[in-house]
Amino acid sequence: MVAVYGPREAHPRHVALPDRAAIRCRYHMAPFSTEERRSPAPSRRDMELSKVIREAVEPAVFSKYYPRSTIDISVEVLQSDGGTRSAGITGASLALADAGVPMRDLVAACAAGKIDGQIVLDLCDEEDKLGEADLPVAMIPSTGAITLVQMDGDLSPEEFEKALSMAVDGGRKIYEMQKEALKRKYLVIKDAVEDKDSKEGE
Amino acid sequence: MSSTRQPSIAKIESKTIMDLMTNNRRLDDRTLTDYRELKIEVGVIDKANGSAKVHLGKTKVLVGVKVELGDPFPDTPEEGILTVSAELLPLAYPTFEPGPPGENSIELARVVDRGIRESKAIDVKRLCIEPGKKVFVVFIDIYVLDYDGNLIDASALGALSAIINAKMRNYEIKDGEVVYKEGLIPLPIQNYPIAITMGKIGNSMIIDPSLKEEQVMTARLTVTIEKDGNICAMQMAGLGELSIDELKKAVGMAVAKAGEMRTRVMEAAT
Repeated sequence: MVAVYGPREAHPRHVALPDRAAIRCRYHMAPFSTEERRSPAPSRRDMELSKVIREAVEPAVFSKYYPRSTIDISVEVLQSDGGTRSAGITGASLALADAGVPMRDLVAACAAGKIDGQIVLDLCDEEDKLGEADLPVAMIPSTGAITLVQMDGDLSPEEFEKALSMAVDGGRKIYEMQKEALKRKYLVIKDAVEDKDSKEGE
Repeated sequence: MSSTRQPSIAKIESKTIMDLMTNNRRLDDRTLTDYRELKIEVGVIDKANGSAKVHLGKTKVLVGVKVELGDPFPDTPEEGILTVSAELLPLAYPTFEPGPPGENSIELARVVDRGIRESKAIDVKRLCIEPGKKVFVVFIDIYVLDYDGNLIDASALGALSAIINAKMRNYEIKDGEVVYKEGLIPLPIQNYPIAITMGKIGNSMIIDPSLKEEQVMTARLTVTIEKDGNICAMQMAGLGELSIDELKKAVGMAVAKAGEMRTRVMEAAT
C-alpha cells in the first residue's frame, strides 16, 4: 500500500529545499508481513529501500514546480512475497499521479533474476532466497531511461544484458497495467454518473 | 525520512567540470577511466584481527576486522556471520554529524556488504563451530576519516584488503567448544570482489568521481566484479537517470577496470 501527501508545507521547516520540493519516502514492512515476525522498528534494509524508492521515482517528478514544500511517500508492505521494492516503486509513482503531482511519466519497476542458471522474470520470496541472482530495474517507459538498478547474486555480463532486457520488457507490461489502473478510477465515476443520468431520464 | 540533497557547488566550478568533460578531460587531468592515486596499507591496527587504510586521492578510509564467537541466524544454522557497518566520522567532513547512522552510511555499508556476501568472498560455512549453536562472527567496520568523493570504492578496497590481511587464532573444536591453539590462521577467503563506482556527468561516464565531480554528477552506479569477471552486486543512486546503453557501457567499463584494481589490492594486502 502506498500513500502520497503533498506538495505541502515543509515541516520541520529546515527540510525545505530552496529550488524544488523535498521528496521524502518511508518504506516499511508490517510486523506480520513476513514468515517470521519482524520488529516494527525501521531496519537498515528499510532505510536503504526508502532511499532507493525515492531516488527511483524522483527523476519523473517535476519537483522544481514546488520549491520549499515536501512531497511525502509512504510505502507500507502488508504482506511480502518478493519484489516489494519493485511493487513499492510502481505503487509510489501511481500514488503520485493519483495525487495530481505533475510528472514526466509514471515509473514502472520489475525485477529479473536467475534460478538454476535460467534467467527469469519477477522472483517470489522463495525464488529470491534459493535463486542465484536478483536484478530489480525501475524505468521511465516513455523515454526508456533507467532510474534504478540494483543487483545481487552472480551474473556474467551476457546474463546481465539478458536479464536487463527481460526486466525492461516486464516494466513495459507493468506500465500498461499502471495506465489501466489510473483510467479505471475515472471509468468507475463515469459509469456511476451515466447510470444516474439514465435513471433521471426515465 | 530524508530527501536527496544535491550538495552545493559554485556555478563556475560546475561549469568548468562540464566544459572539460566535453573534451573528455577532468579537473585533475585524469582520463575518464583513471582512479586517483591509490595507497593501501594493511595491518595498521594491532588490536584488530585485520585492518587496512586506504588513501584514494584525499579520501581516507580505515577498515577494521574483528572475529568473535556468536550465535548463528536461525535460517542459516551452519554458516558463520558477516556484518558490515560504516561510520561517517564528524571529523571527515563539515556536514557529517554524530548520531545514529543515516541512510548514506547505511547504504555505504550495505553496498560493501553485498559485494563481499554475494561473491562469497568469505567461506562462511567454514566459520561454523557447532551447527545452530555457535559460529564465528566477522565484523567489518568501515571508518571514514576524510571525505573527498567515492567512499564506496575506497571502503570496498579497504574491506577486501582487511579481510585478506586478517588473522584469527588457530583453534580446534572439542565437544562443540573452541579450544585455541598456538599460532594464527587466515580467514577462509575464496573470492576477491572489486567495486567500481561511476558517475554520469553530462553525457559522459567517469570512473572514481572526486567530491567536486560528485557534486555535479546526476547519477551514480556501482558495479562489483568477482575474480572470474562476473557481476555480483550493483547499486544505482542519484537524482538522475541512465539510458539502457549507458548502463551497459558502464558495466563494460567496470568489467574492464576490475582486474587492474584487484592486482593493486593483492600487491598491497598479501
